[in-house]
Amino acid sequence: MIEQYLLSGVTTGAIYALVALGFTIIYNASHVINFAQGEFVMIGGMASAAFFEAGIPLPAAVALSIATATLVGVLLEKLAVGPAREASVVTLIIITIGASILLRGLATLVWDKKIHRVPAFSGETPIALGGATLLPQVLWVLGVSAVAVALLAWFFRRTLTGKAILAVSHNRLAARLMGISVRRVLAVSFGLSAALGALAGVLIAPIAFTSWDVGVMLGLKGFAAAILGGLGSSAGAVLGGLALGLIEALGAGYLSSAYKDVFAFLIIVAALVFLPNGLLGRRAAERV
Amino acid sequence: MASSAGARPSASRTPLLALAILIAALPLALPNNYTYEIAILVGLNAIVCVGLNLLIGYAGQISLGHAGFFGLGAYGSAILAARGGWPASISIPVSLIGVALLAWAIGRPILRLKGHALAMATLGFGIIVSIVLATEDRYTGGPDGMAVPPLASFISGEKTWYWIVAAALIAAVWLARNLIESPRGRALRALHGSEVAAGALGIDAAAHKLSAFVISALFAAAAGALSAHYAGFITPGKASFLHSIELVTMVVFGGMASTFGAVVGAAVLTTLPQLLTVFKEYEMVLLGAVMMLTMIFMPRGLVPTLERAFAAARQISR
Repeated sequence: MIEQYLLSGVTTGAIYALVALGFTIIYNASHVINFAQGEFVMIGGMASAAFFEAGIPLPAAVALSIATATLVGVLLEKLAVGPAREASVVTLIIITIGASILLRGLATLVWDKKIHRVPAFSGETPIALGGATLLPQVLWVLGVSAVAVALLAWFFRRTLTGKAILAVSHNRLAARLMGISVRRVLAVSFGLSAALGALAGVLIAPIAFTSWDVGVMLGLKGFAAAILGGLGSSAGAVLGGLALGLIEALGAGYLSSAYKDVFAFLIIVAALVFLPNGLLGRRAAERV
Repeated sequence: MASSAGARPSASRTPLLALAILIAALPLALPNNYTYEIAILVGLNAIVCVGLNLLIGYAGQISLGHAGFFGLGAYGSAILAARGGWPASISIPVSLIGVALLAWAIGRPILRLKGHALAMATLGFGIIVSIVLATEDRYTGGPDGMAVPPLASFISGEKTWYWIVAAALIAAVWLARNLIESPRGRALRALHGSEVAAGALGIDAAAHKLSAFVISALFAAAAGALSAHYAGFITPGKASFLHSIELVTMVVFGGMASTFGAVVGAAVLTTLPQLLTVFKEYEMVLLGAVMMLTMIFMPRGLVPTLERAFAAARQISR
């Protein structure tokens, strides 16, 4: 049994990690917590289901849905978050929550309020593995997430755009003085984090279905994972996501499935009280 | 110069009196029971927002879980009244005392957190409460909710409830304004400016934050208990994350650090969805768009922005 719980924990954990990375990228570039992050996940799943139902082959449908979400992410920055850059943290939170309600509303208009399913990428025949069985889609989730995380690490370390994002997150003024276009960095980070969210949405849709309102809980879990790992740390986001997935799966398996979210949030609140900066967060000193 | 309300810290009784007159005159403009019902909902939300504003607007601490206190206040009184057979005059105070103790116990550890970590912790608390309420169906009736006995056998009808909620709202505003003008209120505002500076002046930051948290939780629980007995029914949705978000949005929309802003925010954002139901499927899109546009163009919120505009207009006319 334990293998099965661990496996399902790591699978949902990988999805949470991708969503948490999306939070982290936007937070680093703009110090905004984007509560519309879960809607990118929803767009990923719903758009690929819609494109597929319209007769577009699955790989193209997936690519199109990720491109759609990326565009929405860039527009969110250009039209809503960018113009309000000087506003307080709470005001920005409300703006992104407004955006998430707007996007959910648009999803019900463009698509519908029904539950949709994206076909599994490579069949449904379960694979036996030790004491557990797994769906081929689980391998896709784990494999693609791992590749995405590795690519992201490469992007931030080796490419000029990636380094520009890091520079802006460390010191926006200094970055601007070095000739980095902050507006462009912000647009790229919103697009990138939307793409990651949509990727998570597409990967999980064959296992967990998708509908216009799946973004709320997935967004919250991603936020929780990012905070648990230490807001602003990419490695922390991945670690936080996996930890959250495992806590949920083990809690649901051994204690009570109705209370799995309660365990997850109890542990996060407790962890925060003892480690206010998260598992891998920077210890911040307040400048007076 | 001294035309704006904020410039006179001695806070005359005029605005409170104006609110009382408005509330007393409002029934003249309410044609039917449905409009009374909306007015009652506005009043209940306004009570929560006035309290939440003490925490967010004055003490500068965010909470994304206050619907949890609303739900606990409501279910506490509902369970004692329905399952225990207690009269509402006892079940409500007992429920409020319970919520206050819980808020104190939770607030002590989590108010040490700052910014986004605090947002996460309060959000987690709210979600835990709503799941527990939806799962413990032996006591709460589960996701379908439970019936709640009336306040008293002779209290019924929208018109009676209008005056009960009106009295509660005026009491809440009066309490909040007195608190804000007291040394305690000045300490809270100092905290909002800079916790370190406030500490250097000898202000016990932790104690003041905790008291603002407990008071705001009490206001939310009181509104929750009243709403349960008014509606005669309660569901776990009242304790949900989305309800918490609605409450915070009302406070920020009306204007942080403005007690009347909180009331105006509650009034606008409670009435708006009722008006938008005309547009049926466009309701969510419009609500989201209104939230975004107001916050982008009026980041300080409705009331402070209008106050400034009036003050500027008055200066020009001079």
